[in-house]
Amino acid sequence: MGLAKRIIPCLDVDNGRVVKGVQFVDIRDAGDPVEIAKRYNEAGADEITFLDITASHQGRDTTVHTVERIASEVFIPLTVGGGIRSNDDIRRMLNAGADKVGINSAAVHNPDFVKAASDRFGAQCIVVAIDAKQVSAPGERLRWEIFTHGGRKPTGIDAVEWAARMSDYGAGEILLTSMDRDGTKNGFDLPLTSAISAAVPIPVIASGGVGNLQHLVDGVTEGHADAVLAASIFHFGEYSVLEAKEYMQERGIEVRL
Amino acid sequence: MSETVAVIDYGMGNLHSVASALGKVCDHTIIVTSDPAEIASADRVIFPGVGAIGDCMGEIKRLGFDAVLREQVASGKPVLGICVGMQALMSNSAESGGTECIDLFPGSVEFFGNQLKGDQGETLKVPHMGWNQVHHNDHPLWADIPQDSRFYFVHSYYVQSANSEQVMASCHYGVSFAAAVGYNNLFAVQFHPEKSHTAGLQLLHNFVRWNGQS
Repeated sequence: MGLAKRIIPCLDVDNGRVVKGVQFVDIRDAGDPVEIAKRYNEAGADEITFLDITASHQGRDTTVHTVERIASEVFIPLTVGGGIRSNDDIRRMLNAGADKVGINSAAVHNPDFVKAASDRFGAQCIVVAIDAKQVSAPGERLRWEIFTHGGRKPTGIDAVEWAARMSDYGAGEILLTSMDRDGTKNGFDLPLTSAISAAVPIPVIASGGVGNLQHLVDGVTEGHADAVLAASIFHFGEYSVLEAKEYMQERGIEVRL
Repeated sequence: MSETVAVIDYGMGNLHSVASALGKVCDHTIIVTSDPAEIASADRVIFPGVGAIGDCMGEIKRLGFDAVLREQVASGKPVLGICVGMQALMSNSAESGGTECIDLFPGSVEFFGNQLKGDQGETLKVPHMGWNQVHHNDHPLWADIPQDSRFYFVHSYYVQSANSEQVMASCHYGVSFAAAVGYNNLFAVQFHPEKSHTAGLQLLHNFVRWNGQS
């Protein structure tokens, strides 16, 4: 009896539409984030993460509206990330019904923003998203660096030290994405996940690379993640959230069923 | 005329979620308000809260909501505290360098600590974030909620009640703590019912129909 490991489906949303493709057999409009969020909610998702990749300013209003619609239908925690740069942005998303916000590049550009945000809104709603890439050569001690701009731009910041610093600055949770694994379906970067999880007292969500249910198990048992995030394995109906939870439970992981 | 449920707004937290979850489980009029008169005229009151207790208590005292809450509880109408709202109803909290709270429940709010250990000696993450099992008693607010159902928690401080008869549910995370306390028409929960899916909505469903007697 204890705290369950969480499974978090992630929606990448552009101008109010889910991208990367989502295919549920019985949803006609497969790109509607509200329908998809409802579906995951009913399937037993523990939280929903909504990643806004909308570039335009006008599109951000659409995002607020979409978050409002999801929040009025889905009664599990909702995290909204993407383009969060100021306390005003956070206030806007929380007012729309988000429970937490993900801060990524704004934290890299101005680490004190995380402090200010946590002081103002509480650590419980500040998720620092970290995109990390392995930079050590084969045979060297493993080392990962923070990258921005979708993994294209190195920052020179050590990922493990950064996670610890963000935790000290008041992050309530770390959303850790391996840029080496993202989209590969080869599983999480387990040494990275485990190194970050050991370095911070706050929960770590593993992300990037899930291709099958065993990868979710490995993220918890070997990566010591507190939650696992996945997109495509759920979107394309390869596995349901329920199947994922049953699989994890059969392997001794405590889940909410 | 339909009943009114007032969700007290003292500038701390996401009240949209609480209001929309209430809208899902009843046809009552839901108002999110910081107006003492509106709170006083409501049939039921919800007292939510997130963030640091020092900031919350600062706002509560500045706006006079400690007195408002005492009056509402004394009036006999059903009152539900949620998360930091529950903590604010205790005597005091170790958070924010030690904080005097409203003291409608005897007991304190303690830090989980940086060295919290699980049953197998593993280090537990703080905040306690996610879905944990709640072992409840037979209070009417637990009607139709299976024993040991999971609810969504997010907190770094926990309630230690000084009166075991007021503990309505317990939870375990390194330590055992009060997941819910209550007496008479007052009830408070550490978890977020508005974010706890079926079990949470059931608790809110029970609250909006509760006659205020335990």
